[in-house]
Amino acid sequence: MSKTMKINLRVWRQNGPKDSGKLVDYTVNDVIPEMSFLEMLDVLNERLAVEGKDPIAFDSDCREGICGTCGLVINGIAHGHLRHTTTCGLRMRHFKSGDTITVEPWRADSFPVIKDLVVDRTAFDRIIQSGGYTSVNAGSAPDANSILVGKDAADQSMDAATCIGCGACVAACPNASAHLFTAARVTQFALLPQGQPERDRRVLNMVTQHDKEGFGDCSNHGECEAVCPKGISIRTIAQMRRDYFVASLRS
Amino acid sequence: MAKRSKGKDDAPEQPASEGVVVPSVAATEVPPPTEKVSSAKLDSKVPPGPVESKWQDYKRNAKLVSPANRRKYTIIVVGTGLAGASAAASLGEMGYNVKSFCTHDSARRAHSVAAQGGINAGKNYQNDGDSVYRLFYDTVKGGDFRAREANVYRLAEVSVDIIDQCAAQGVPFAREYGGTLANRSFGGAQVSRTFYARGQTGQQLLYGAYGSLMRQVHEKTVTLYNHREMLDLVVENGKAQGIITRNLLTGEIERHAGHAVLLCTGGYGTVFYLSTNAVNCNPTAAWRCHKKGAFFANPCYTQIHPTCLPQEGEFQSKLTLMSESLRNDGRVWVPKQKDDSRPPNKIPEEERDYFLERRYPAFGNLVPRDIASRAAKKVCDDGYGVGPTKLSVYLDFKSAIERLGEKVVRDRYGNLFEMYTEITGEDPYKVPMRIYPASHYTMGGLWVDYNLMTTIPGLHCLGEANFSDHGANRLGASALMQGLADGYFVIPYTLANYLAEHQPADALNDQSEAFMAAEKSVKDEIAKLMGINGKRTPADFHRALGKIMWNNVGMGRTKESLTRAISEIQALRKEFYSDLKVVGKEGEFNKNLEFAARVVDYLEIGELMAKDALHREESCGGHFREEYQTEGGEALRNDDDFCYVGAWEWSGNPSSPNLHKEHLTFDSVKLAQRSYK
Repeated sequence: MSKTMKINLRVWRQNGPKDSGKLVDYTVNDVIPEMSFLEMLDVLNERLAVEGKDPIAFDSDCREGICGTCGLVINGIAHGHLRHTTTCGLRMRHFKSGDTITVEPWRADSFPVIKDLVVDRTAFDRIIQSGGYTSVNAGSAPDANSILVGKDAADQSMDAATCIGCGACVAACPNASAHLFTAARVTQFALLPQGQPERDRRVLNMVTQHDKEGFGDCSNHGECEAVCPKGISIRTIAQMRRDYFVASLRS
Repeated sequence: MAKRSKGKDDAPEQPASEGVVVPSVAATEVPPPTEKVSSAKLDSKVPPGPVESKWQDYKRNAKLVSPANRRKYTIIVVGTGLAGASAAASLGEMGYNVKSFCTHDSARRAHSVAAQGGINAGKNYQNDGDSVYRLFYDTVKGGDFRAREANVYRLAEVSVDIIDQCAAQGVPFAREYGGTLANRSFGGAQVSRTFYARGQTGQQLLYGAYGSLMRQVHEKTVTLYNHREMLDLVVENGKAQGIITRNLLTGEIERHAGHAVLLCTGGYGTVFYLSTNAVNCNPTAAWRCHKKGAFFANPCYTQIHPTCLPQEGEFQSKLTLMSESLRNDGRVWVPKQKDDSRPPNKIPEEERDYFLERRYPAFGNLVPRDIASRAAKKVCDDGYGVGPTKLSVYLDFKSAIERLGEKVVRDRYGNLFEMYTEITGEDPYKVPMRIYPASHYTMGGLWVDYNLMTTIPGLHCLGEANFSDHGANRLGASALMQGLADGYFVIPYTLANYLAEHQPADALNDQSEAFMAAEKSVKDEIAKLMGINGKRTPADFHRALGKIMWNNVGMGRTKESLTRAISEIQALRKEFYSDLKVVGKEGEFNKNLEFAARVVDYLEIGELMAKDALHREESCGGHFREEYQTEGGEALRNDDDFCYVGAWEWSGNPSSPNLHKEHLTFDSVKLAQRSYK
């Protein structure tokens, strides 16, 4: 086992949506480099609990980078400094002993804080509800091989479809825009024959809902792509804008 | 959890016998020390006729609910994984009024999202001899002849529709250049029938089902209740009539009434503490239904997945799975020399033992999971393990890279390799991966009949949470298939049949005595947990239980280990109720309280798993009793005495459950010893 590290933490504590919140200092003396960032917080929380103190509220689930539940701003960067990695996948070997690390929640008006590092991302669900699907009832589908999809189109669609809905793009964007999230879903369907029948109404409805939720517009900073753990490209935003423009003309 | 004394008067919510299952169990004063076997029969309700036509006949004769009447029914669906999301969406599309519950902030995060490798279907697109029958046969055989034939056949039959449905939803499956769907092979099969979307098949299938679910939310047929944990089932007049939930954000205890309840809450693999499951996966909802009268079947059938990352230390919160699809091209080996400390690339070919290829030449690295896991355990137990803990084996892609080129390997497994590198800091394109088995899936679950209904009328159970399709071992890429089969294509028919026959669309009442009593018992239990004020955290107890389970009820089990586990679990449970510490408050987001309530159930289900394993004096699939093995170290079944489903009934005391047996008959498949040689 590798030797231990001392990590100083400054963690955002906020007791509910109405509390103003503040950064609180903690030190963990025996961090092991193989630990994930969240496992380090687990260790700290166990200690706080034994001392009878309120543990730091954060959320996580699969801990393998696919469910999109976790998400912390670490030293000012959504999911931390390691590219293409979710918070749960970030290992402590990427930090040095003695480091001071600031930990904050996603910050956006459309993601109100629930407690400490946990935010409400249900706005994302409402964007999907407005059109992020194909309208096919169970039982009415034709044989799967009757719809041919070229390998390149399928691959590009898949590139967009890997979005895990974590919300890092919003947290990183100076406008708190959810364009990358919305565009990923729009693009997944725009590239497939299955997505064509509803292509126009999908993009119109999803963008309208996006705006209604209070997310900002895109001004091409590219911060979203930089922090996206799945490497979703901002070309999807270009695709969405083209589709939106064409659909607006047609509607 | 208040321990109820056994007796009819103490269990007013036990389902009344209504021509449905529920065997009467004579009340005794004191629970007997050993399990009592009921002679009453479990009625599987399997339709008569040849296995190939049962489902067609069933559908032809099933009762229907007319479109105009469907909206008068409220259906509660708990869980939004593949089974839950597909069921809720499909029922919504049909016009039912659906209430969908999940513990996450979004339905899209259920743990089906993490399934990597693929989904099986008997399409025979590859022209390699596959068929519905062969998929059925492979699944029964893979499950070591401990599954119910009729259910498995139906599963194989509807598998072809699932792929159609998912493709129409825009799931970006892997394709050939010509535009048709691509397939890969998986363990336990000699055909290529697995459909996939890179190493993220579960994610893509779930997003498909989630999309359909969101569409129904938009259509207002489905109402979402996220951040809700189901803590009790309400049984009234012998039928499931609703659930009690805790709002995980506010702590509020809520009553929800429905004409039927669909439990789609996954398995109990997290009993082992360390598993490939998500940290919030838990069997609480299913277990509490068990305590309300639903029988729990085959709890000892747990799947230990062969290709996971080895454990590194005490702090670890989970074990990460690497898809079984890696065994398509990766070769598993250990050094032939014990305690060989050379780096893997310095060990020449002739000094490597490709033990799966050696022991199972026909299937090689693609033997079913239970066999691959035990083989890895054996070489490590014998002293050939590698890595710092000597508890891992190599999974090597060197020959695949030489044969196919790095690009092809990257195309197939790129994201898995990245994941491996992210966790270990090692590059599997250059150095072999190190893997070791970990708890992954549970084949056991609530007992259901052919209608997917439990022993409580109106309570249905879908997906991993039920026991029905995988016998004693599940084949790779079959979990996704079962979840979606149950949700898209089975429950829409069987639920209508139940409603039309047994459940008028009466007005619902969530203020009844049964509801108020269930609500009160949930509140009392939370108050009890908060009030213990001891010294140990819920996670501490969970870890301790996990060690007992892994060491004694894991890959190899013996009479001694199981007996030991039972007494250790009982002792730990006692300690839990005197030394638990839950910090924070009830009325807020409180992970400690959430987990404490789950540990209550882990401590009971763990004991049942050990008891089930102890009573089953044979080895089959994922259940390996060291005492029962062939000379070659393979699982030795005992069909004369154990060819049945062991369904356990809650007695009021976790240490004295009652056993019921559903005898399995095999009409289409001949009982045989599994051989993958």
